[in-house]
Amino acid sequence: MSTHDTRPGSAGGADTPGPLHGGPDEDYTPEQLAAMSREDLDMLGARYDGVEILHVDPGPEPGSRMEKRAVRQVGWTFAGAGIAALLFLVVYAGSGWFLPEWNWATEGTTWSAMFNPLLGLFMGLAFTLAGVGLVLYTKKLLPHETAVQDKHDGSHFDRVTTGATLVGGLHNSGLQRRKLLTRSLGFMGAAFGLMLIAPLGGMIKNPNKGNPLGRTNWAEGVRLLRDNGTPIRPGDQQPGSLETVFPAVPGGNLQSDAATMLIRLRPEQLAADRPKEGQEEFGYGDYVAYSKICTHAGCPVSLYEQETSRILCPCHQSQFDVTQGAKPVFGPATRSLPQLPITVDDEGYFVARSDYIEAVGPTYWNRERI
Amino acid sequence: MAATATAPGAPTSRLGKAATEFDDRLIVAGPVRRTLNKVFPDHWSFLLGEIALYAFIIALLSGTYLTFFFDASMTEVPYEGEYDPLRGTEMSAAYASALDLSFDVRGGLFMRQMHHWAALLFVAAIVVHLLRIFFTGAFRRPRESNWLIGVVMLVLSLLMGVTGYTLPDDLLSGTGLRIISAILLSIPVIGTWAHFAIFNGDFVGTEIIGRFYIAHVLIFPAILLGLIAVHLLILVKQKHTQFPGPGRTEHNVVGNRLFPTFAGKATGLLLVCFGVVSALAGLVQINPIWLWGPYNPAQVSAASQPDWYIGFLDGSTRIFPAWDINLPGDYTIPALFWPTVVVAGAMFTVLALYPMIERKVTGDTASHHLLQRPRDVPVRTSLGVMALTFYFWLMLAGGNDVIADKFDISLNAMTWIGRIGVIVLPPIAYTLTYRICLGLQQHDREVLEHGIETGVIRRLPHGEFIEVHQPLGPVDEHGHGQLAYGGAPVPKRMNHVGGARRAIRGFFTPIESPAAVELEQQRDGRELAAGETTRELTGSGRPSDGGRPSDGGRPQDARD
Repeated sequence: MSTHDTRPGSAGGADTPGPLHGGPDEDYTPEQLAAMSREDLDMLGARYDGVEILHVDPGPEPGSRMEKRAVRQVGWTFAGAGIAALLFLVVYAGSGWFLPEWNWATEGTTWSAMFNPLLGLFMGLAFTLAGVGLVLYTKKLLPHETAVQDKHDGSHFDRVTTGATLVGGLHNSGLQRRKLLTRSLGFMGAAFGLMLIAPLGGMIKNPNKGNPLGRTNWAEGVRLLRDNGTPIRPGDQQPGSLETVFPAVPGGNLQSDAATMLIRLRPEQLAADRPKEGQEEFGYGDYVAYSKICTHAGCPVSLYEQETSRILCPCHQSQFDVTQGAKPVFGPATRSLPQLPITVDDEGYFVARSDYIEAVGPTYWNRERI
Repeated sequence: MAATATAPGAPTSRLGKAATEFDDRLIVAGPVRRTLNKVFPDHWSFLLGEIALYAFIIALLSGTYLTFFFDASMTEVPYEGEYDPLRGTEMSAAYASALDLSFDVRGGLFMRQMHHWAALLFVAAIVVHLLRIFFTGAFRRPRESNWLIGVVMLVLSLLMGVTGYTLPDDLLSGTGLRIISAILLSIPVIGTWAHFAIFNGDFVGTEIIGRFYIAHVLIFPAILLGLIAVHLLILVKQKHTQFPGPGRTEHNVVGNRLFPTFAGKATGLLLVCFGVVSALAGLVQINPIWLWGPYNPAQVSAASQPDWYIGFLDGSTRIFPAWDINLPGDYTIPALFWPTVVVAGAMFTVLALYPMIERKVTGDTASHHLLQRPRDVPVRTSLGVMALTFYFWLMLAGGNDVIADKFDISLNAMTWIGRIGVIVLPPIAYTLTYRICLGLQQHDREVLEHGIETGVIRRLPHGEFIEVHQPLGPVDEHGHGQLAYGGAPVPKRMNHVGGARRAIRGFFTPIESPAAVELEQQRDGRELAAGETTRELTGSGRPSDGGRPSDGGRPQDARD
């Protein structure tokens, strides 16, 4: 409905709507609509959308005590939300300006300890009050109506006509007859699919090449170092104690599989010690060294109860008995902790005699094969 | 053409003119009217899905803020931020930037905690929403597609949680990552390959934080956003389900129009959700990463627990027996495979396929838009409670070390309690729920037949004492009610059918005159009495035109 209808260059078509144009605009002239009240227009539109307003419970009477009260409530709630939002701003921007510094890690004042809770309090209050105000508004001041909307099932007419259009297209394409086209399209689709996922091949790495899962940085003659990098001599540890040790290679204390527990057994533990078959010589004197990486899910088994000789994994509560070759005695773990063969070098420091003879850490499907 | 200014009904206000200009260009008046007129049923349980949506919005907004500061890199750097106890410590750039977010960015800790709380609320709201859908049968035809999308979104939200939990690279998240790595490795045949593809080698490598980061901030949210859009479009297209009640049928929706009532309430709920999450973010500390320290494969803290929604997998892993399966040829199926990959896979597969399974078993292939009360479908309800018992028992088992510590119970005993309970408790839950459902059903029918217990005892002329029952509708010569159960709540107290005067409005002081209320009630009562002869008390809410919900799987009790 433009007011200015000269259209240079578009004189070709007539400016009249086609025969299928119309809909409700044909049923109701602008004059008819202009004569209807706003409420009637609302109901009319609703009826066109399949909605019937069954019942309207008007809001509180204008000027009544109920209305004034509700308006007061809603108004104060919104005002409270605004105040809380401003207080948030004051705390956020004012800290370190006219309020004490907010940074609690360095300052450690009462205000800095209150900074984050206050932000939460005021933002929480602001949002909650705004929401409560809106709900109160809807419940107490708006008319309550009960409306019914019709739910339509699928239309048979639509199905049949859409089907005809689709089948017509398929028929015209002739794909059912032209078998060569169908096959070449299928072939092209499959090839395209493969081509598009092929670049993901860059992510693939062979887990069996060089046995990365089965090897650690331990090797013959590699010293056992504490986390702070100092080597260990026999006698440094109290009987019954445990120390976590790492291989003496660069970054050894951050290797994910190399962490090892060096345990000095008490005399009675030593007497009861039943190492795994073929690994009787892996210890050195009253010292034994076991992998710290749980054979269940890979957590560091850290809790050593020397009274019972048990090592507990805090993740899933697997328990290993140090005097039985670190065999799992309770919980979900199935394999013993691998034992590191140790000895002492010329200078009297602990060294590994070789790498672990089996893969450390969680079990995987072909672990026994590589 | 004539000038529009004189046309009848043409807008005269500025706003009206602007709207006309707008509609001239975009032709939106029709769709907008249809949208504003859309009717939404009014029930609190229909808001649960909305809470999930709002929590997602909060997570999206706060998460975007976090990306301005977070550095998803595993390069080792010495920490030089504000937090004294860790200054000088070598840590990954990811952890250092997460610490900076908490200590050096004004309000950064607030946003980080808001993100975490929103994520927890997101999953929780999805789960509660799912339970509502399940127990009321809202997943039945034609809504199976939305059920499937919902389950996929639940799985995605768990993946979002797991990847997000890993990002700060502190000791707790690193421990979680180690377990994820072990779970991947435990999958037969493809496990090692999948691990090397995802981690770019053996655990832990230098890529994983960056890869999880892009999955967490781009891939998963993008899929989730798309699915949310489809979920909502289907919802709008299929229209909402509703509980049976007066005037409600399979072919209509009774409630409020979108504008203004529903929009007002929904926006109110959005604001309250924002409010609750912001309050939690400021007032309730969550995941204080500075206390855990940087990740170190050789360190762990006791009571390392995942976020609540992964707790059930932690629990199943803790109580699963040490059963490696050794196959010929030195192949192994690790014990870890069953309680993690298989349990989670089976749970979500059954969940996703449940609508199809139920349809197959009950043979109910009809379209349903009226919801069922859980008591009316005892088999489904009992199955649901059984599954919930299983789930929550596993979740509890995920904290068995904490329970053992706090209640001074042996840790090994807790493991065994978990093992026995997970087998024994679900069937008990099933049986109990089934009996409760049948009892509730019977009580409904009893009230429909004999009326509401009034508590009035009357002595008959021959000396017998009876309790007077208030029938809900017309009775036959034996005094038995004629109302059929319609799937809606049956009034069980006199007050439910107007036995007492309504309460006078006002919280501390009455804001209306008690005398006026009394008069109003008397007037209503007279009208009620006048209409009593023709009126059928359909307090049971029998749908008027045969819109009775199907008996989907409910055993038909042979009552006369």
